[in-house]
Amino acid sequence: MKRWLPFEWIAAVQFLYEGRLQTLFIVSGVAIGVAVIVFMSAMLAGLETNFIKRVLTSQPQIQLLPLDQVARPLRNGVGEFEDAKIQRPSQRVLSIDQWPKIRARMQSMPDITAVSPTMTGSALAIRGDSSRAISLAGVEPATYFQIVRIQDYIVAGEARLTSEDIIIGTELAKDLGATIGDKLNVQAASGANRVLTITGIADFGNKGVNQRSTYVVLRTAQSLLGMIGGVTTIDLTVRDIYGAESLAQQIAAANPVRADSWIKTNAQFFTAVQAQKNSNTLIRAFVALSVAFGIAAVLVVSVIQRSKDIGILRAMGTRRGQILRIFLLQGGMLGFVGSIFGSAMGAGALVYWHAIERQADGTELFPLVLEQQLFVLAIVLATVTGLLAATAPALRAANLDPVVAIRG
Amino acid sequence: MADDIIKLEKVCKAYNIGRPSETEVLHDIDLSVRQGEFVALIGPSGSGKSTLLNIIGLLDKPTSGRLTIKGQDTSSLKEAEITRLRGHTIGFVFQYHYLISAFTALENVMMPMLVDRGFRSADMENRARDLLIRVGLEQVSGNLATNMSGGQQQRVAIARALAMNPDLILADEPTGNLDTKSADSVFGLMREFNQESGTSYLIVTHNMDLARRCDRIISVVDGRIEL
Repeated sequence: MKRWLPFEWIAAVQFLYEGRLQTLFIVSGVAIGVAVIVFMSAMLAGLETNFIKRVLTSQPQIQLLPLDQVARPLRNGVGEFEDAKIQRPSQRVLSIDQWPKIRARMQSMPDITAVSPTMTGSALAIRGDSSRAISLAGVEPATYFQIVRIQDYIVAGEARLTSEDIIIGTELAKDLGATIGDKLNVQAASGANRVLTITGIADFGNKGVNQRSTYVVLRTAQSLLGMIGGVTTIDLTVRDIYGAESLAQQIAAANPVRADSWIKTNAQFFTAVQAQKNSNTLIRAFVALSVAFGIAAVLVVSVIQRSKDIGILRAMGTRRGQILRIFLLQGGMLGFVGSIFGSAMGAGALVYWHAIERQADGTELFPLVLEQQLFVLAIVLATVTGLLAATAPALRAANLDPVVAIRG
Repeated sequence: MADDIIKLEKVCKAYNIGRPSETEVLHDIDLSVRQGEFVALIGPSGSGKSTLLNIIGLLDKPTSGRLTIKGQDTSSLKEAEITRLRGHTIGFVFQYHYLISAFTALENVMMPMLVDRGFRSADMENRARDLLIRVGLEQVSGNLATNMSGGQQQRVAIARALAMNPDLILADEPTGNLDTKSADSVFGLMREFNQESGTSYLIVTHNMDLARRCDRIISVVDGRIEL
């Protein structure tokens, strides 16, 4: 019996200690529940962060494109159409109209951190007897590499581009039997061709992309694709990644361009994240509920077992409020102690899982983020759950008629 | 009388009021216990002794009649006041000793003081220890109730009942479960405390030998006091 503890705390601790087997079981139950919640929450948060990081470093957050080319209906007069049915015209590769002006406008927007004009098109990469269709991206390395971190994906050579250089994917290098320093003949559909030197081989984490993606400087792409001075897209990165879609809408409304945000182009990814979050919330709610019922069940039994003790305590002048607090405290303590062990178990499981579970390329499946906030929240919630679960048994104990309780 | 610790006037107690199974267990009880009196309450099983004891101990309420404790009418008191009055004025000793099994002998004796004051103090511990010495159980003060004999538990229960220095001890067959020797010693202990401190005792017993050693015998038969 600790001297500094009030009567209710002393009684609650002693009652839990006396029924220690029961206490041990329920604390273990709470701990397992909390461990599951901590483990799932931390792992899913890590996975989401990882996904977002991967998505955001491999593509621009907003891409500006030329407006769709539309066929104008033939009109014979006001409200009179020659052709009721309009066929969508084929979309020619066009440059963004007045792109330097748009780029300057984008650079002046405070929400945008990087702007890079790009020229993309298809071409053929030829080396000796083998040739492969490629997607050619002409970029300004200084700004583009801030948006898509090509330098992070380089596995051989370096992310250096001059007008005579090209960076290709690992699969394409394999297909063409090419390596760093080799020459590659790049031929456009128009027949224009350039011989470029491979300066870097990159692994973008996707086989299809590794087979097709190539990067050259903007001027090289412009001359190969026959669009001198033109760009097909302007790529942007933004300060607030989750505000990208509304910013894209603002840009599209104010400029003669189409603006696609990463949120729109990765809609499926967002749906998957949302579904994962929803199922996680459901699982957490049910685990918390089963923990609450477990605590309540143990305390209901405890009230029955201790009815004589409660009667004696009442006979010696214990108030109803004191009895109520004794049992509420027990619920809170079970939640609190269980959640401390649970947090430790969850963190341990997370460290273990992080160590053994790897992605196909050997990198970590999710970043190990053990946020203090998560543990504090888990402990607070478990303690509150314990208190709430104890309410019904505690009220029952407080309302016991001492005469009946003593008689048993 | 001015020095009446408790006074019952026309106290009745009925159960299941208004139902076909209504039973009146106490009828017009008039009873008083004076300060320092050592009274035996006898009667056959089911005569209403325990109900009477519960009413006097403020654990139960009479259906009608008046209960006065130290001159204070209890009928108008609120529950919190009743609980307080019970804690300060009355000590209980039950037939089955009923120590709280989660606590040691010393802690059980300290319990009424702890309930009243909220925090444990050195004074409390000293008083509890003194009481245990008085009942001859100093050596088992650290034992849990489960590690004590019936006689020892009952002595601890007496020490606990005395902890708050009450005016009245209510004992419901305190020796009912003990062998003759232990019963005699427990009874002797209560008598000794009574003579020393002037605390009144109302003891329910079936043991006529012990009852005869009391100052007064009150007999309850069929819910009425027989003179």
